[in-house]
Amino acid sequence: MRELFESTIERLLSDIATPEYVRAAEQNVWPADLWRALEENGITLAGAPEEVGGSEASWADLFVIVRAAGQHAAPVPLVEMLLGNWLLEQCGIGSRSGILTVATDSTLTCSAGALSGELRYVPWGRNAELVVTVVTSDEGYDVVLLEPAAAERIVEGVNVAGEPRDILHFSAALPLASVPLPAGLSPSVLLAGGAMLRSAQIAGALTAIMTLTSAYAGERKQFGRPISAFQAIQQQLAVLAEQTAAANIAAEAAFAQSDTALATFSIAAAKVSTSDAASQATSIGHSVHGAIGFTREYSLHLLTRRLWAWRSEFGSSTYWSKLLGEAVCNAGAEGFWPLITQSHNEQLPISE
Amino acid sequence: MSISQFKYSIIPEEAEALRREVRAFLAEALKGYPAVKRAYSWMGFDAQFSRLLGSRGWLGMALPKQYGGGEASPFARYVIIEELLAAGAPVSAHWIADRQSAPLILRFGTEAQREKYLPPICRGESYFCIGMSEPNSGSDLASITSNAQKTEAGWLLNGQKVWTTNAQHSHYMIALVRTGDKEESGRHGGMSQFIIDLSLPGVTIRPIADLSGNEHFNEVFLDNVQLDNDALIGAEGNGWGQVTAELAFERSGPERFLSSIALIHTAIAAIGKQPDALQARDIGRITARLVTLRNMSLAVTQQLSEGQNPAWAASCVKDLGNVFEQDLPEILQLLVEDQPQVGGGSDHAQVLAYLTQMAPSFSLRGGTREILRGIIARGLGLR
Ligand SMILES: Cc1cc2nc3c(=O)[nH]c(=O)nc-3n(C[C@H](O)[C@H](O)[C@H](O)COP(=O)(O)OP(=O)(O)OC[C@H]3O[C@@H](n4cnc5c(N)ncnc54)[C@H](O)[C@@H]3O)c2cc1C
Repeated sequence: MRELFESTIERLLSDIATPEYVRAAEQNVWPADLWRALEENGITLAGAPEEVGGSEASWADLFVIVRAAGQHAAPVPLVEMLLGNWLLEQCGIGSRSGILTVATDSTLTCSAGALSGELRYVPWGRNAELVVTVVTSDEGYDVVLLEPAAAERIVEGVNVAGEPRDILHFSAALPLASVPLPAGLSPSVLLAGGAMLRSAQIAGALTAIMTLTSAYAGERKQFGRPISAFQAIQQQLAVLAEQTAAANIAAEAAFAQSDTALATFSIAAAKVSTSDAASQATSIGHSVHGAIGFTREYSLHLLTRRLWAWRSEFGSSTYWSKLLGEAVCNAGAEGFWPLITQSHNEQLPISE
Repeated sequence: MSISQFKYSIIPEEAEALRREVRAFLAEALKGYPAVKRAYSWMGFDAQFSRLLGSRGWLGMALPKQYGGGEASPFARYVIIEELLAAGAPVSAHWIADRQSAPLILRFGTEAQREKYLPPICRGESYFCIGMSEPNSGSDLASITSNAQKTEAGWLLNGQKVWTTNAQHSHYMIALVRTGDKEESGRHGGMSQFIIDLSLPGVTIRPIADLSGNEHFNEVFLDNVQLDNDALIGAEGNGWGQVTAELAFERSGPERFLSSIALIHTAIAAIGKQPDALQARDIGRITARLVTLRNMSLAVTQQLSEGQNPAWAASCVKDLGNVFEQDLPEILQLLVEDQPQVGGGSDHAQVLAYLTQMAPSFSLRGGTREILRGIIARGLGLR
């Protein structure tokens, strides 16, 4: 299934999500034809059950979709939809079609079944038909499915890459569905899931930067030779390759290990490794490109600006490393190495 | 070469099953072994311990049974060596023989050489050192001048090796020397490898103290050393190709990022169960880096088990790993208020003192940072 996903998404995104297309989307144009193509090819519902037209793919298989979304800077809430539907399946509400997103930053409170408050920084909140979030309830936590259309007000915002991150104000809105958060799922499940998604998108974007930057270094001539002939440039590209490799394997490990439940330890490690790699890689990518890479016209920034956004979203490197560090210190010196080598289905859960 | 060589790989069940056994063994064998000695990592020399490992079947694990090996997978060997390194077991005596000399002899040696050298390596009784570097040839290894001349009885060896780790404790050195004319055979031609019995007349070994006063590496003088014909390993003139293969083994293991793990252990113990925000962040980040490096290293092991040449991916892991193991003393000295101490002081203070002083060597031994990055760049098609 993984190979099929990989070739399909690769083809769709290289055909449609060209740099010009991504630039246009950054000007608040909803990429309807891209979304339609993704829907028609079963990508938006890849993780959903077959009854609703999905492929029931595991996170291990979905990894290639999420990474490709990052590699091509896909300007749609595809990865958010995969996560939202995953949670809807976990809690028994069931997957939905349409345009679905998730929200982790919430002040929503529930009173007599109606929700009031704000969902903040919602990816593509203005475009989404559905939003999934976790709210506190009298008994604990509920997973709720809401329509942004039911919002009283939407305040539009964008992240540093021009991707919509909106505030939705609700006032006594009735959710389409609401069920208690199943036992075994942390109330921060969407944060962990989102961190996993961003780690793979970062890995994808780093892979694209690596390709773009090596190619550019081979073409750009100074002092009568390609700049890739200079050792200082070669050494920087070697570090870029190492960081790209590290990010890819860290993200893949997190997905591969999340088959039965989200592997929060590996997700934390992946978000830290990829976010840190993003900082080094953006710096090297721009340094090697010179002034041309600093222009709006050249496409490097479509990747680097996303990395600057994604490394902070769903918990920064610091956020996740603190949680990891607390868990590790709590396990003590004797427990450290067993944590590093722990089998993935007995992972230490990491949460607040 | 591409980053797709880094395929996420899981240790197979049967290899993973060894972990419990080796952990239990180490808990017993290293009971009361001091932290600062554990920090020696693969520089800790203890012949008795090596023989104990040999008797357990944990040396030469991947070698054929007929030579005393266990025909185990690269993953089985990986589990054993990473557990040894994590525990800080004294593995230096056999390390080089097990890691690179034995695979080299198996691959390029004659039947007689395999039968002579491999069984005692597997028993933990025979130790090897690496004779590559010379006073005027470090990174530029192809510029070596030590040489062997063909004689009627065999070969006559002259020259000098330097930085030879464990030469003073080893039985043999596998040396790269010139056997042909540089002008005639080209930059990488005219070199051959020899197994030199270090007890032969004409071999003089002088330990060199490192900056901390420890003696692990040596100068080795070779003055008219008479070698038999069977000292030549592999084909005459094929030394460069063989050394390149040997370096792939030398660079591909987890010892290239685990050298400072003892300091993580003492730091966590010193910090305790209630880290402050800075400590939690830095310990967490160290953990994430280690988890990711290990996943990369397992991908290299996967390549080995598929019979592929992991040289490019191994260079990535070694370079990234060396940066990591060098960063650890820097990060951790800022995290725990305890100054490094060579005599007295806490476990953490002593391990910090030792590893702070050792750290510069991590990105020198086995190939420098610049050389590795050059190899990576070549793999990327940049040179
Ligand atoms: C603890 C330790 C143990 C060792 N054990 C052994 C052993 O057992 N056997 C053995 O044979 N050797 C051993 N070595 C030697 C080791 O392989 C060399 O130190 C290493 O290859 C570098 O050589 P050098 O020290 O002569 O440095 P040099 O080659 O002189 O390098 C000095 C600096 O110049 C840089 N440089 C050199 N050439 C280039 C270039 N082309 N481009 C850019 N920069 C360059 C290097 O990267 C480095 O930063 C050991 C070294 C140490 C520190």
